[in-house]
Amino acid sequence: MSKPAGNERYQRQISLKELGESGQQKLKNAKVLVVGAGGLGCPALLYLAGAGIGRIGIVDFDLVSLNNLHRQVLFSVNDIGLSKSLRAGDILGQINPDIEIVVFNQKLSNANALDIISGFDIIVDGTDNFTSRYMINDACVLLNKTLVYGAISRFEGQLAVFNKPSSNAEIPSNYRDLFPLPPADDEVLNCEEAGVIGVLPGIIGTMMANETIKLITGIGEPLLNRLLTYNSLNNHFFEMELMVMPETAKMIPADADAFKDFNYDWFCSINSNFDLRHEDFELMMDDKDIQIVDVRETGEMPAVDDFDHIHIPLSHLKVQIPDIDAQTIVLFCQSGKRSTGAAEILSKHYGKSRKIYSLKDGIAGWQKNK
Amino acid sequence: MQVQVMIFGQLADITGTSELILHDIPDTDTLQETLHKLYPALANTKYAIAMNKKTIQGNTILTGDTNIALLPPFSGG
Repeated sequence: MSKPAGNERYQRQISLKELGESGQQKLKNAKVLVVGAGGLGCPALLYLAGAGIGRIGIVDFDLVSLNNLHRQVLFSVNDIGLSKSLRAGDILGQINPDIEIVVFNQKLSNANALDIISGFDIIVDGTDNFTSRYMINDACVLLNKTLVYGAISRFEGQLAVFNKPSSNAEIPSNYRDLFPLPPADDEVLNCEEAGVIGVLPGIIGTMMANETIKLITGIGEPLLNRLLTYNSLNNHFFEMELMVMPETAKMIPADADAFKDFNYDWFCSINSNFDLRHEDFELMMDDKDIQIVDVRETGEMPAVDDFDHIHIPLSHLKVQIPDIDAQTIVLFCQSGKRSTGAAEILSKHYGKSRKIYSLKDGIAGWQKNK
Repeated sequence: MQVQVMIFGQLADITGTSELILHDIPDTDTLQETLHKLYPALANTKYAIAMNKKTIQGNTILTGDTNIALLPPFSGG
């Protein structure tokens, strides 16, 4: 009589003495969520399903298209136009019917992220945009979930394990310790604009699966608080240690309600100039961690009582920069011109440690628009 | 004192090279000023800095030969 199918399926990895039957049991008990069934997600999912992760969640709202197929190795031409997450679920189910696959055929948003993520132990971020990356990072910090991060740009890839809760009191690093704020819209090209060779997400996505398996089974040295950069053109690996930055914690929404109120789309699409649109200002003005500053000279009209603010004339600001603790600083003047100048001054002083804006078209534009 | 600057990802498109050697740079603020003078587009770009393979925050003194890495965020997947 043959051995039970489960054992035979995993025989080659169980025979690794570091993994063994107990490691296989850990994989079976593990719950891993893969966000994005794309270039990184496809190889990660294939190997995680193959390894026998007991419960795999797949989040993706997108449809398969022909120009995905060179790197999104789960899919074939027959899948074009079909849901990535549903197709990925079917295909993985055929590869390994012994595991449970949970499909979330929807876009991860700050409305559903906490509910979805809370059902899993390890989150694998295979998304392709900063909005999702910051949102997933913040959700993992709030929920104490380990985040396996991978990202690519042209011929280079990044890989790290963030936010692994540790047994001692040490705070683990997260994505915002590395990049506190997202880049401006025009700074970073996505795969569509920059191009990508299919093999690179294949390599990084496979490494993400490997880190996940190491984390679950406790073997080897996962990339805890370390970032690995891989260059596929010259095969150089560069690894660095990630320090926990003191101000990072303040940037992450404090609780579930703050997370759900945080506008990640907007946060990740700030232009490199300081202009703050009226509709965005309206959303932000009641935030706890905001300081609104009138930079007009003393006595200038109109007086403003629409929102709480302090008054620091630009002429004073040029002489001495005040200490402002709030993470977000919104400056306004009459027309938006002087407040842009003030934003430049504060931005030089505070660097990346504050988000600094100038109310577009000034208080005149704001009051006219009301 | 020599500073080896390794430049990753799209930052290398700005500098045109993935490695630079600079001399007599006392601290990372001076390093950034120097780089931004050489490559003005860098000044408007977000990147993380690692010194001797550890990320740093704020101005950091460079002592002896130092390896600096400039890392941009990647979003692709």
